[in-house]
Amino acid sequence: MPEAMQERLTDIGPPHYEKFLPPVIKQNYGKWKYHEVLKPGVMVHVSETGAKLFTVRAGSPRLVSTDKIRKYAELADKYCDGFLRFTSRHNVEFLLTKQENIDPLIKDLKALGHPVGGLQNSISSIVHTQGWIHCHSAATDASGIVKAVMDELADYFETMVLPGKLRIALACCLNMCGAVHCSDIAILGIHRRPPKIDHDNLHKTCEIPSVSASCPTAAIRPATVGGKPSVEVIEERCMFCANCYTVCPSMKLNDPLNDGVSIWVGGKVSNARHEPMFSKLAIPFLPNNPPRWPEVTDAVKNLVELWAKNARKYERMGEWIERIGWPRFFKMAGIEFRKEHIDDFKHAGLTFKRSTHLNY
Amino acid sequence: MAETKSQTPKLDELEKGRWPSFVKEIKTAAQKSPMAADLLGQLELSYNEKIGHWKHGGIVGVMGYGGGVIGRYSDVPDKFPNVSHFHTIRINQPAGWFYTSDALRKLCDIWERHGSGLTNMHGSTGDIIFLGTSTPHLEPIFSELTQAGFDLGGSGSDVRTPSCCVGPARCEWACYDTLALAYDLTMNYQDELHRPAFPYKFKFKMSGCPNDCVASIARADCSIIGTWRDSIQMDKDAVREYADRGMDIRSEVVDNCPAKCMDWDGKELHIDNSYCRRCMHCINIMPKALRPGKDRGAVVLLGSKAPIIEGALLSSVLMPFIKIEAPYRQIKDVIERIWDLWCEEGKNRERIGEFIQRVGLGNFLEAIDVEPVAEMVAHPRENPYVFYEEYFVEDEEEEKK
Repeated sequence: MPEAMQERLTDIGPPHYEKFLPPVIKQNYGKWKYHEVLKPGVMVHVSETGAKLFTVRAGSPRLVSTDKIRKYAELADKYCDGFLRFTSRHNVEFLLTKQENIDPLIKDLKALGHPVGGLQNSISSIVHTQGWIHCHSAATDASGIVKAVMDELADYFETMVLPGKLRIALACCLNMCGAVHCSDIAILGIHRRPPKIDHDNLHKTCEIPSVSASCPTAAIRPATVGGKPSVEVIEERCMFCANCYTVCPSMKLNDPLNDGVSIWVGGKVSNARHEPMFSKLAIPFLPNNPPRWPEVTDAVKNLVELWAKNARKYERMGEWIERIGWPRFFKMAGIEFRKEHIDDFKHAGLTFKRSTHLNY
Repeated sequence: MAETKSQTPKLDELEKGRWPSFVKEIKTAAQKSPMAADLLGQLELSYNEKIGHWKHGGIVGVMGYGGGVIGRYSDVPDKFPNVSHFHTIRINQPAGWFYTSDALRKLCDIWERHGSGLTNMHGSTGDIIFLGTSTPHLEPIFSELTQAGFDLGGSGSDVRTPSCCVGPARCEWACYDTLALAYDLTMNYQDELHRPAFPYKFKFKMSGCPNDCVASIARADCSIIGTWRDSIQMDKDAVREYADRGMDIRSEVVDNCPAKCMDWDGKELHIDNSYCRRCMHCINIMPKALRPGKDRGAVVLLGSKAPIIEGALLSSVLMPFIKIEAPYRQIKDVIERIWDLWCEEGKNRERIGEFIQRVGLGNFLEAIDVEPVAEMVAHPRENPYVFYEEYFVEDEEEEKK
């Protein structure tokens, strides 16, 4: 034990990225001049020095086994001298210097079941959270919905026929580990009932003042229940955010009968043309219907195709909706506008229509 | 072992279809790992019952660290004993997510020895995620990871693993070296990353240009987004080539300019750079003809987050333009002043963006010794409820006369 302790390394940080850069990148670092997309999922970067780097991007389920990673590694050895990278949206990118290797690599990737695409005016992989695979607070599964939605939309990953980029993201509860709140389409798991309080155990597992303080609407107050210190919830104030459950396991919100999915549209993070925008509520509730969540996949496909048909070139979902107006969006999408669509949290008034700019 | 033969008709359905299947990945891992097999069984139960079966995380970790491991326990351990512990390990990714095949294989070797064989490449914050191991394996994993040159990422109320876009490694639009800055901040703040001591999490994300490929403006407490101060670099012949090849420069480029600072006379593109908002649209669609200027640096913005607790926020401007050069003292100085203030005055689980909303941006700037500038607001206040701090006192006025 003491010997092992002496060798124990800590705070070494990640490996330096330079160790993993292919020679063509080391030689042309910061010297890239322009790039061109050659076909779906394939681009070339050209350096001031004339050097070329080809990238082949493939979609991934994000949840990958070590076997799959070893297969990526084999392909990198076969075609890329062992160099590859991943993107911020979970795609895997192979970095090639030999153009003639592109098509054989694509063939191998497809044989492995991995579509090639996700560049330019396409749908890239869905950024998502853990869901029922690994999370205690999930109101829905993540990987399952993503798989079902992408099965429907795979064509739009493998082609570049959309008006602009489309970014879909999924978070299985309002914590939004995937920060979906600025996506063209966001799929968000939601609870719809207040916490079910475990009065027998709450005082043993949680600090009552912290539970009380965790509520953004001050709906939780200390109370004695059955002679035990606990809390009570003013149910009409609860907006089902589940922050109390994050703080205290005895405030469970998960409810198979009422948990489900909401759909949000029109957010973006890029500064191109319009400034970054939050996504806005389109569909307040769809049921959890595993394994394929048909209500969710239909709703997402409908929104994608409506936008694809009507948006101008380069117009993102939110830019398109802003141009045509929300009333027309709801009509075109066949979505009923309801009380839930109207904001009632902080600064809600800023979202009311405060002009006569309306069309009929 | 009877439980490891769980029947999974619902999940089997998700092996079909065009998109790569996570169920196939779990089944592949299950050939070697009883843990992965029980994960599949428990997930099928969730699909049948429409509810998750994980308990709240317990406090587990490696010696001397307060973060990097997320404790996870099944609430049906009798049915699925192999996932009674199913902890997640976050491993700090190399900047830009570049790897060699050898490095990936080393990670796989460690994970096959000590865990389920399931990973996320990568998690939302950017780390390599090892999904599913038990407490006795944590120290051996940590020791083998560090021997292989890797270290844990952040979790809890600490600096979360910084992440960055591909930057100058493969992008002509990178206005600063995002990989170098991500690496430098990660190394500089190892203690803050591994030992949670903040009111809540603090995320850094570095994007090389305003396209913001790592979504820093939506997802980072400190967003560092590349930009330039001088004029867009233009190759006029290349612009004409785009036009000759069928691009409608007027409708596709000029009409989409948010600043309306461009004009196209059929032969030449004119840009009034003094009004350019550095949005990237024209550069995005004509990468062979237009490039960011040469006087490059970054905008530093603060405060974005998801909704919990007080509502979602986008980051807002703190420093409209700074040069990004090692040793990055300008960024570190301001960040450390912010941390000092936030650690002193912030409430438990209050992100920096929420803290700023609560105390007021004006007061916050004063406390961290940054001068207010007009670039920090979309517009000045609309309400007259000003906390005036300067006023005259009659006697003093008399004296001035």
